[in-house]
Amino acid sequence: MSLNRRTFLGTATATAAALAAPMVMAAGHGRPRVVVVGGGAGGATAARYIAKDSAGEIDVTLIEPSRSYYTCFFSNLYLGGFREMSSLGHSYGGLASEYGINVVHDWAVGVDRDAKTVALAGGGSVGYDRLILSPGIDFVDGAVEGWDLSTQNAMPHAYKAGSQTELLRAQILAMPQGGTFAMVAPPNPYRCPPGPYERVSMVAHTLREINPTAKILVADPKDKFSKQGLFEEGWAKHYGGMIEWIGSDFGGGNVSVDPAAITLSIDGEVTKVDVCNVIPAMKAGRIAELAGVTEGNWAPVHAADMSSRIDPNIHVLGDASAQGDMPKSGFSANSQAKVCANAVRGALTGSTVFPARFANTCWSLIDTDDGVKVGATYEATEEKIAKVDGFISETGESADVRAATYQESIGWYDGITSDMFG
Amino acid sequence: MRASELMMSLVLMAAAGMAAADQGGDPELGAEVYRQCSGCHQIGEGAVNRVGPHLNGVFDRPAGQVEGYRYSDALQRAAAGGLVWNHETLDQFLKDPRSLISRTRMSYRGLANQADRDNLLAYLRIYSDSPADIPEAAPTSAAMDHSVAPEVLAIVGDPAYGEYLSGECTSCHQANGEASGIPSITRWPTEDFVIAMHAYKEAIRPHPVMQMMASRLSDEEIAALAAFFQGVD
Ligand SMILES: Cc1cc2nc3c(=O)[nH]c(=O)nc-3n(C[C@H](O)[C@H](O)[C@H](O)COP(=O)(O)OP(=O)(O)OC[C@H]3O[C@@H](n4cnc5c(N)ncnc54)[C@H](O)[C@@H]3O)c2cc1C
Repeated sequence: MSLNRRTFLGTATATAAALAAPMVMAAGHGRPRVVVVGGGAGGATAARYIAKDSAGEIDVTLIEPSRSYYTCFFSNLYLGGFREMSSLGHSYGGLASEYGINVVHDWAVGVDRDAKTVALAGGGSVGYDRLILSPGIDFVDGAVEGWDLSTQNAMPHAYKAGSQTELLRAQILAMPQGGTFAMVAPPNPYRCPPGPYERVSMVAHTLREINPTAKILVADPKDKFSKQGLFEEGWAKHYGGMIEWIGSDFGGGNVSVDPAAITLSIDGEVTKVDVCNVIPAMKAGRIAELAGVTEGNWAPVHAADMSSRIDPNIHVLGDASAQGDMPKSGFSANSQAKVCANAVRGALTGSTVFPARFANTCWSLIDTDDGVKVGATYEATEEKIAKVDGFISETGESADVRAATYQESIGWYDGITSDMFG
Repeated sequence: MRASELMMSLVLMAAAGMAAADQGGDPELGAEVYRQCSGCHQIGEGAVNRVGPHLNGVFDRPAGQVEGYRYSDALQRAAAGGLVWNHETLDQFLKDPRSLISRTRMSYRGLANQADRDNLLAYLRIYSDSPADIPEAAPTSAAMDHSVAPEVLAIVGDPAYGEYLSGECTSCHQANGEASGIPSITRWPTEDFVIAMHAYKEAIRPHPVMQMMASRLSDEEIAALAAFFQGVD
């Protein structure tokens, strides 16, 4: 048993030949085929584990438009000046060369569930025995009055990492002294529950260095948020007075924006701001809806194998799925992907399927060396992914503990990205 | 510290038992500092390789030479490049392991305090002479901070199940054994692995994530993980 990258090209043909017999599910077309749509935390992990563990027995195709995946995780640290953007980019080269995955840089634009094919924007289609959708999120149309994708340059969301994140940082650096950074926070459920508040912390960190009289205004449709006690403690300690959070009780949910004027109206009161980071309500990446596996905004799945409740040949991972208790995080998507990979491999080749088990831990950085975390373990029930046990950092922890937590998050980043891309 | 001074302090040390040497560090204080190391490294008579190699005779030895220990690729490369453990190289390694060997599996942030390092080096130095000078002390290794019933230690884990379960570990711990902020867990002797996991499971070792992860692993599952990670190469 080896965790080393398999020298795929050398062994694939031999293994495929040797294992030809147990191919139970390849409907009359040679090796069973898995198509993965979306090469993010869920999709890249699933593709890699299926290819790695089946060692050539399963034909894996990954459809992903981007040449490089920029992680949303740690993109807030980029806003805080703790990471370079280049350190967040990951290429798909290793998945192709080391694991023999057929990486197709294109958009999936439709799914024919009867013919079991996925249509590509560039033309043509690919057939599957099992389809895994991990397309992440898209934004709900009209969620924030006055904002739509055509205005995302004036008011960036920076909730898909890359150029949006760079734009937001550039806008922060260009703020006039004493200016205002506003955020429109999203309603539940959304990707990365602590994400907006880690972002507020990181923006405050940057502003404290270069623009100490600046203000941060957060309009929030929720009345509480993830790790609130920890964030509020940290904001008071490090950024005293800079951050104003307006929850739903004070009209934080009654918001509209004017991207041309860069104004924000909260509960009828219009404020001119310098940067406006709009994070609208979210839904499953649109391909899930096109495939017809969504109910409402998300795609409901069975916890045991992440298969769609609407189509047993489709699995939905990560942010796009409605699975139960797990937060929408990269860690969760990665955890779900491994359960799914094991189940899909079992279904297609007869390999042992072990019982599902899930875990999540989310680290957030509040200021230099002030890291906090929250985590839980989960199990599969008939009804959903159900929480088993959990923990959260405590307020008032020592500086040593917080610094160690931050160091740990750096290790986690290296761990999860190597688990995704090899 | 030059070689002549080292010799001098050794003579003094021999004369005064473990008392502070005139120059350099104090091995007795170093023994305290060494507790940070003893989770992974044994030293003293009968010391064997655990998570890390034993440290007897480390001074003036070429790196990567302890028999039977499976070093990281990074350390092997450094050894092939001629790295020898002496006062300077050990001092730098202890100060910031990754500044010397960027991809070492040694999961240790480093010892910033010069006095602590001097004391630790003085302590290590006593075990680097001829075997006759090695005190008759039991080998120290706090990987034994917790005792696990022999029948639990005797469980032979199923590495295939361990490979599946390892997915829970590799969201954080790198499968190739590299480490940065989260310890390397590959190639540990199975016994150390099992003891460590049970210590988390029973909340003797303090880490909320590890306690949570270990708390739902059965004895068989821990054995399976130990068997799998031990065999990773
Ligand atoms: C600011 C911020 C901070 C965060 N911090 C953390 C953190 O610290 N820890 C953590 O665990 N999580 C964090 N997250 C959350 C994490 O990024 C997501 O939960 C995770 O990426 C979800 O994985 P996924 O596979 O569902 O989607 P993604 O990782 O978004 O991957 C989806 C992929 O699908 C592709 N795609 C979409 N549609 C199609 C299509 N039609 N055809 C082909 N490809 C398509 C996209 O290009 C994309 O690459 C953070 C998120 C944000 C925004």
